[in-house]
Amino acid sequence: MSDLVSQDLNMIFKTPKGETVHALKDLNFTLKKGELLTVLGPSGCGKTTLLNITAGFIRPTSGIIKLNNKEIDGPGVERGMVFQQGALFEWLTVAENVDFGLRMKNEDSIKTSQKVNEWLEIVGLKGFGNTPTYQLSGGMQQRVALARCLINDPDLILMDEPLGALDALTREKMQSLVLKIWKETGKTIILITHSVEEALLLGERLYVMAPRPGRIHKEYNLPFASMGLKEDLREIKKNKDFGEKREEILEMIWNMEEEIMGKEI
Amino acid sequence: MLTQAVTFLIFFAVIGCILYGRKLIKTEKVDAVFGNPERALGGTHWVIVGSSFLLLIWLYYSWDIAKGFYPKSANELCQVAKVNDSLLGLKYQFPIEERELKSTSQIKKENKNLKNINIEIQSSENLNNEQKIILVSFINKTNQLIPLLTNEDLLENETKQKIYDITGKINLLTEKFQKPDYPFETEQELNDRLKAVSEEGGWGITKIDAGSGTIENTIEVPLIPATNKGLKFHAAAQELNLISDEFFKLRNHNPRFKNKIKEIKDQIKTYRKSLDESEEVASNYAKNIMKIARRIEFASIYPPNALDMMQNAIIKFENVQIKAQGGLRFIDILLFPAGTIVASGPSCSEQGSGRWLPKPSDTLNKFILMSKPSVGYKDIPLLWIDMVDVSRMIGFILPDWIADILPGDYPIHTNDGIVKQNFKGNVLNIVTGNFKLFKVPVPYGHIWDSFMRVFLGLVFGILIGVPLGLFMGLNRFAKGFFDPLIELYRPVPPLAWAPLIISVLGIDNTGKVFLLFMVSLSIMIISARAGASGTQLSKIHAAHSLGASKRQILRYVIFPNSLPEILTGIRVAVGMCWGTLVAAEFLAGTTGIGFVENVAKKYFQYEVIWITIFIMGMLGLLFDITLRKIIDKTIPWRGKG
Repeated sequence: MSDLVSQDLNMIFKTPKGETVHALKDLNFTLKKGELLTVLGPSGCGKTTLLNITAGFIRPTSGIIKLNNKEIDGPGVERGMVFQQGALFEWLTVAENVDFGLRMKNEDSIKTSQKVNEWLEIVGLKGFGNTPTYQLSGGMQQRVALARCLINDPDLILMDEPLGALDALTREKMQSLVLKIWKETGKTIILITHSVEEALLLGERLYVMAPRPGRIHKEYNLPFASMGLKEDLREIKKNKDFGEKREEILEMIWNMEEEIMGKEI
Repeated sequence: MLTQAVTFLIFFAVIGCILYGRKLIKTEKVDAVFGNPERALGGTHWVIVGSSFLLLIWLYYSWDIAKGFYPKSANELCQVAKVNDSLLGLKYQFPIEERELKSTSQIKKENKNLKNINIEIQSSENLNNEQKIILVSFINKTNQLIPLLTNEDLLENETKQKIYDITGKINLLTEKFQKPDYPFETEQELNDRLKAVSEEGGWGITKIDAGSGTIENTIEVPLIPATNKGLKFHAAAQELNLISDEFFKLRNHNPRFKNKIKEIKDQIKTYRKSLDESEEVASNYAKNIMKIARRIEFASIYPPNALDMMQNAIIKFENVQIKAQGGLRFIDILLFPAGTIVASGPSCSEQGSGRWLPKPSDTLNKFILMSKPSVGYKDIPLLWIDMVDVSRMIGFILPDWIADILPGDYPIHTNDGIVKQNFKGNVLNIVTGNFKLFKVPVPYGHIWDSFMRVFLGLVFGILIGVPLGLFMGLNRFAKGFFDPLIELYRPVPPLAWAPLIISVLGIDNTGKVFLLFMVSLSIMIISARAGASGTQLSKIHAAHSLGASKRQILRYVIFPNSLPEILTGIRVAVGMCWGTLVAAEFLAGTTGIGFVENVAKKYFQYEVIWITIFIMGMLGLLFDITLRKIIDKTIPWRGKG
């Protein structure tokens, strides 16, 4: 069993003003090995909190989250993370960024450089090994971040709006890349996104979360990710089923946003 | 020689660059749009013009151009100054530059004095009537002296003859002065003069005193006339000196005047003797009246028209000599800026800005001289190398107790008085540096000392400040614990600490290095702390989830991420240290570039002051350029992340 299991996860923050925010309430879910979960929701619904708890950067107020039957109590190399803005180390070259994790483990440098080249080829950055990262475009930086995360061979990959800052064209290419990597490596992936289309396209499973308190509002099992492995992504978008689902979720989120606005007023 | 060449070079460079600039304006397309920032790019030729102007202003206002191009005119002007000076006394007797005759103004002045003293006596409460009457009679008698001098009829024939003689001499001088070969110098005199000229040396020649190694400007403008024109003025000045001496020896004392003044003096003397101590006021008034009588006696008071002929002769000579000066006067006004040589009188010194602004050529000469290790400043070269045996450094680095902790004893001399060396003794020799290896060059001197102080202060500051700053940026305890300490000493101006530190740690290197360490430490701590606390959280998260340990995150993420701040901090610290050091060296010390300037200040060695200013500027610039290069090399990602 190499599942991610969450039991009664609660997260309560105190704001500097003294208000308490119930970021996550009684979250229960299980993610099986090799599944691709996308999480969608309006801002403030606890998506990023969930991810940070899973990564081990913050500890839940109550409840347990387990990976491979082991409770998560801190950041670990078995949970790779990809951020919205790369978070690359700009003082290192592309190759040095990618092999950062292996260097921290003091692995053999010849093996390491082989692996780095393999991964750079997979993410489509062959020949960019010696380029300083600050010279790369946004899309390329995200590719480096992906490779940097994957070279450590993590059990679970956490992606925090990894494609949020990219332009539409690059985004589409990167979506294909994520699907390709998912298929080739068979990793468990949690991907947080703001885009309904992206969530539908990439998610084998999709959680729509609702705010105040943060909770899973609705859960979908979707066929589009497996379709995307074979078909062109743009073809899938024309699918009638896809369109219906998109409208349904959009309306759901729209209602939630209205509810928040109403509460605030 | 150099000055002329440089001046011409500058002149042509400026013209060339201006022409080039004009050409660019016509051909460059960016220049068509006013406001386009690219118009400001690539102005190297204007840099040349700018620096040329700066140098030109320096050359001009330090009198270097004058010295380079017109040393002969300066020498001639010096002779003119002598003539002016000799003529001055005579001219003041007449309404040439003054408004009235000297006699007239003297009479006016003494009449006024007598009148004042009269009023004072009349209104005085300390004098009785009897005393008043006597004193007033003295005043009246003194007053009667003046007509005896100013009466034409009383003027003696002897005096008339002497005035006539002096007038004749002036007229003769005027006549001779107009002749081209005046003062009719013989071959022998010419040779003597030229010899004296060459012995005196040129204007502002720099000489080194071989004994003390000091450099001095011997003279400013040479005094001895080098040209025929100058000689003419020089000779005229000498003759005029004799004439004016003769005139001022002359006294217009006719027998009646002599009798009268003798009578007054005797009367006052007798009267003062007759007074006792209680009548001191009356005695003082009598004394003052006598003083006025004496002044009238020695003032050159003549009848109104007695000196007319002499006045005309002097005016004639004045006109002739002004004519003979020709263009010299314009050279004096234009080429000797902010002051004229003639105004300096017979001392022929530089005036105005020439006094405090050293000439570029002199400064360069002095700089070259000072750069020679054998000259230096105060027996220490500016920058030189010394051959030092490596053993001394080893002895300095290795502590002596290494030998002490070895087993056994140090050698003791035997009964025969022989000392046999043993292993422990040998080790002691090594750790104290008491052996010979090979020699390596080690720099030393004023510049090196200053540099090393800054360098060491900075290195210690970095070695302690950076880790401490990073620690403080990452740890609540460290920040809280060290913050009060640093915030208490940091806002104090570094120089405020200097007296304390220098008196505790000594005027040598230790005190200064410590002071600079304090300066750099606070800057390094603050910059390292800002660097550490400014690390993006996502980078640290990323490093954590890539499996890095705390130590690895510090070493591979936080430290490189703080580098831009740390290097900027170093750059700021270098500037601060450099400024503090020079001021600290002013306060106390025996070496260093600030020390040189301080000593030069005491002796008004303006060249040395300017040289030290230049050296400091250049070293500061060198530090900054080096650091900028290092920054560009080590953190190319800065501002691009």
